Parts: sequence; structure tokens; C-alpha cells
Amino acid sequence: MSILVNKDSRVIVQGFTGSEGSFHASQMIEYGTNVVGGVTPGKGGHEHLELPVFNTVAEAVKQTKADVSIIFVPPAFAADAIMEAAEAGIKLIVTITEGIPVADMIKAREYLRDKNCRMIGPNCPGIITADECKVGIMPGFVFKKGRIGIVSKSGTLTYEAADQVVKAGLGVSTAIGIGGDPIIGTTTKEAIELFMADDETDGIIMIGEIGGSLEAEAAQWIKASGNKKPVVGFIAGQTAPPGRRMGHAGAIVGGADDTAAAKMKIMAACGIHVCASPADIGTTMAEVLKK
Amino acid sequence: MNLHEYQGKQILKKFGVAIQEGIVAETPEQAVEAAKELQKQTGTGWWVVKAQIHAGGRGKGKIVGSEQRGVALAKSLDDVAAISKNILGNTLVTIQTGDAGKVVNKVLIAQDVYYPGPSEVKEFYMSVLLNRATNRNIIMYSTEGGMSIEDVAHDTPEKIFKEEIDPKVGLQPFQARKIAFNLGVSGNAFKEMVKFVSALYKAYESTDASMFEINPLFKTSDDKIIAVDSKVNIDDNALYRHPDYAAMRDKSEEDPTEVEASEHELNYVKLDGNVGCMVNGAGLAMATMDIIKLAGGDPANFLDVGGTANAARVERAFRIILKDKNVKAILVNIFGGIVRCDRVAQGIVDAYKNIGEIRVPIIIRLQGTNAVEAKKIIDESGLKVYSAIQLKEAAQLVSEVLK
Repeated sequence: MSILVNKDSRVIVQGFTGSEGSFHASQMIEYGTNVVGGVTPGKGGHEHLELPVFNTVAEAVKQTKADVSIIFVPPAFAADAIMEAAEAGIKLIVTITEGIPVADMIKAREYLRDKNCRMIGPNCPGIITADECKVGIMPGFVFKKGRIGIVSKSGTLTYEAADQVVKAGLGVSTAIGIGGDPIIGTTTKEAIELFMADDETDGIIMIGEIGGSLEAEAAQWIKASGNKKPVVGFIAGQTAPPGRRMGHAGAIVGGADDTAAAKMKIMAACGIHVCASPADIGTTMAEVLKK
Repeated sequence: MNLHEYQGKQILKKFGVAIQEGIVAETPEQAVEAAKELQKQTGTGWWVVKAQIHAGGRGKGKIVGSEQRGVALAKSLDDVAAISKNILGNTLVTIQTGDAGKVVNKVLIAQDVYYPGPSEVKEFYMSVLLNRATNRNIIMYSTEGGMSIEDVAHDTPEKIFKEEIDPKVGLQPFQARKIAFNLGVSGNAFKEMVKFVSALYKAYESTDASMFEINPLFKTSDDKIIAVDSKVNIDDNALYRHPDYAAMRDKSEEDPTEVEASEHELNYVKLDGNVGCMVNGAGLAMATMDIIKLAGGDPANFLDVGGTANAARVERAFRIILKDKNVKAILVNIFGGIVRCDRVAQGIVDAYKNIGEIRVPIIIRLQGTNAVEAKKIIDESGLKVYSAIQLKEAAQLVSEVLK
């Protein structure tokens, strides 16, 4: 089953004919993703990578029955692209674009509130279900098929975790990079809820960073729902100096302490197997599963 | 991007937010002229000289080697000249600057707003910012102004109020009234407060700010509501649509090496440790700093070289790291995905040769596409470097070279 994407997902690419969109679309196709077309306003009717190009997402959905979209549109137009995808009935919107203004994302996020769709990202590597479907920019070969779910704020750290999981003799069911922006579509907790309900996932790796309260929120949910599957956690930024990234007023709104140490403490208290070193993520998962 | 108090106030004024008026000066002579001009414009009898640096706590902070505070009342033009002379060109240390402090290049000569009058003066706190939990903007405010809001949050959290703004309709008048009622102002001050809140929110939205903080928000003795200080942060991602605000960037407030790095699109933050690092991806970069610490070192920097770690970028990154004389070793940690490790390895070898002899040991960990070929390139290069594929090996190598 895996989560959110699989071999039956029908994927379109927004920003299809641009350099990023073209490159990663061909990589996705090579991985085996069922890419059914793309959208570039003004280039509808043409073919690109032997696939149809449409002017609008609505037209693409009508013609290809796409249910997933991946967005490579430049930051100034990305929020608009997200709303267009939602309006057209796309069920999963994966926004790769980095650098979208926060004010634009407030509006886009609000627009999605009553739509029947989920967004992943922005500013993320995307989502991959091993050997079935890659909707993202991650190196596919790292993610060997297995039964470990990965959710992470960071791109390369996701690849690192997947690589360690494979080296430890395990493999990956689905991996999601949720993105590091202040406003994101899918939170750590929501991804973990999906993994807990997935019968192809036996264990979950959650990787966080300093700042915000996503990890604490996820940890508390894991405990409250009865720790049904083992979770291994790592928080990057134990050595990061305080105050270099966030204005202090933001920390007050967050309410809880958001240092790495505070998060690791909450996670451990909620029954998560916390690694101090990012080199131990894979081996810790292997040991936990043996018990 | 952070702005100075005087720049923030310029923006506030543009959007109709009432402010403590002031004129910026760079020399004591300019300061005196500014004071005279301000007297003409506002009728103020006294002045406040305020050091302009990107850090809070100026009023309690001191100029190095003297008792001069970063914010001081001047009761005469001679005072204005003397205080400005004490501050300008000197280093101000506050609770937020660290021990090194910051050199003050500008002072704001501001009107004195604590003049006597029919009612009592009062200091409040107000800020506008994103509430990450709800993905909406909020106005946060408190009856306890003029002090650190962290202390208020810690000691009397019940005195902090939050008003959430629905992005579909924006700030509504009833919300501005609620804020004024909760702050306990009445009569003309009430009307002024409602006006202030509406204008402040408009300024926040129109400038694509990520934070506006007014502390203190001040009620004068004649019931005016004005911003006495401003802390404004503009969303970097939105600066492309505000070239006028982008031009307000004061590079002298930033670490020169960090400015140089950002000009080459390298994300670099200088730290105090002894092991430099060069990594692709922010999360992996922070994780690499953690590895250095666990291996017995201290990270000397955060450096994300980005997705295309080619020879030119790697060389630039090495040069930036090596500017820091505390660096005793460098750990390069690249997880090659789309970018192939053998290319990165060749880039590192070329960069190393271009720089010439590098005085510290370098540990290179390349993992991902063509990692084995990459290790071979490094090992056969004849350079004084250590190579690793697994993160654990890299950590052990860091421990060894530090012995």
C-alpha cells in the first residue's frame, strides 16, 4: 500500500518545460513514475519529453485524469500554481519551489483549507514510494524497497537516513520531505499518522531540526495513540547557536522550547528512540526492530 | 532582512502609523543640526539620542570603555553633541550583541515624548508576526511594555494577548477595538489606538514583513498613541518586489565573511569552534556540526554549498572557511544524489590545487552516486586529505586528526 503515492499515481508537472521541471521530470520517468503530462501556460498543445503539455491544470486533469502534481514554478508564481492545482481537483500537490514569500503562502494555505487535497512542501525534496513512484528531486537509487517510513524536514538528511536504513539491511516504504519553510502543507504529525495506518510500514524514522514545534506535536500524538510502531528520531542542530534564525517574538508564539535538546527530551519521554548522532539512525532502527 | 529603528519608523510613518519623530545623523555636528530641525518641526524641548544598531537592549547597553548608554536623554544642544560624540564610531555592547558588541555608525536624534501633561503616560507592547501553528498572522500585544517581552511571557503570560487575522478578509475594525479595550485605554487614546493598530497592520502586510515589533508602544500625557521604537524584519523571499526596502540593507551590520559568502550564494554562518565544515543541504549541514561536536571538536561554521557543488563553489567555500584562523580541520560532507560524487571529488581536487597548500587536514566524506569512484579520485590525488564514505568513518577521522 505505502502512503500517498504508488504505481497507480498519475502525475503532472507544473513548470514542465523549464530547466528544473524538464530535468526532474525525466529523472522521475526514468525511475518509473507514471508522469502523464505537464503544464506550462502558453505552451499547451505541444509535446515535451514525449508527453502532452497543457495551458491549465484543469485541462491537464480533464485529459489525463492526473491526481498528483509536482510544482517547479519559480517562487513569484508558485502560490498561484498551488491554488490552480487545488482548484482543478488534484489530490496531492508536491511543491518543490524554494523561496516563496510567506505572505503568498498564507493565502495559498488558506485557499487549501476547504479543498479536498493535501500539499507537501514547499521547499522540500518531495515524496518517494520505493520502486513505485518518485514525485520529487531525490536520488531514487538510494531508496531501496523495504518497510521503514521516513519523514524529514531536510533533503539531504532524508537521503542520508534512507542510505543508512538500507546499509542496516532494511529498506524504505515511503519517504516524505515535508520542507523547512514556516508554512508547510503536511506536518510531521500528519505524515506519521499516515505511516502508523500503513500496513506496509513497520517502523518510522522522524528527522527534525531546531525551531518550531512540529516534532513535539508529533511525539505527543505518537504517545497518545499508544506507540503502535517503533519510531526512531533525530534532531539536527544540537550545536546551532540560539537566536541566529528566528526573531524571539516567534519563539513566544510557538510557546514551547524549540531547541534540539528540548525536542529530544520530549521525544524520548514519548517513547521515541532518539539518536544523538546522525550516523546512528539506520543501526538504531535495526536494533529496535530486533527487540 | 533586519532594519534599523529609523528605517522601520520611516516605513511606519509612510503607512500613517504615528511615531516618535526623529532625524538620523552620522556626526556630532549633524546631530546638533538634526536636533535644531526637530525642535522646529515638533517643538520638543529635550531630545533622545539613540544608537542605531541591529540589536536590542540599547538603553541598558554601554559603550565600551565608558559609562555612556546606547540611548540617552539630552537636555541641551551641548548634551546632544556630547552624547553623540560618545556614541558615534564607538562600540556598543548590549545583552543581544555578545561581548564583541557593535560599532555605531548612526544615531537617531528623536523627540522627547515623556513630557508632562493632563494624563499619565503608559507603555505597551505590540507586534505583528506569523503564527506558525495556524499559518496566519497575529497581532500580539501586552499592557506590559518597555521591557523584554520574553520576561513578560515567562513571568505573567496572562498579560500577553493574541489577535489572529483571517487572511480572507484581513484585520477587521472590531478586532482593532478589542485590542484597544484590552489595553485599557479610553477617550481620545482609545480612538488613537484603534487607528494605530489598523495602520500598523496595513504597514506589515504592504511591506511583506515577517515581523513588526513596537516596544514601547506609548501613550503620551496628552493621549497620543505613538511608536517609540521599531523592530522590523522584512521577508527575504519577498524583497524582489520591494527594491526600495532591499536598498535599506546595511551590510556593515553583518559579518563581512557572511556577506561575502552570500554574494556567492553560499549559506554561511560563522561560529566559534575549531572544525570547519562544507556540506550540501541545510539539515545535513546542521547534522554535520553535531557530528563534529560528538567527535570531540567544535563546529567553526555552518556552510551549505547547495545542490551544485562544482569546483568554483567548492574553492570559494574552502577560501571562506580558511579565513577563520581558529580552524584546525575541515570536514567536507556531501551526499551526492543528482550531482555525482566523482564530479564533486574532481572539483575538490581542482579547488585544492588552485588554492595551493592548505594548512589544515581535510576529511572528505562523499556518499551517494559514484561514491566509490569518488573515493578513488581523492585517494589517488596525492593530496593531504582523508576520505570516507560512511558518516561514522568521517566522525572517527575527525577525532583522530584533532588528537
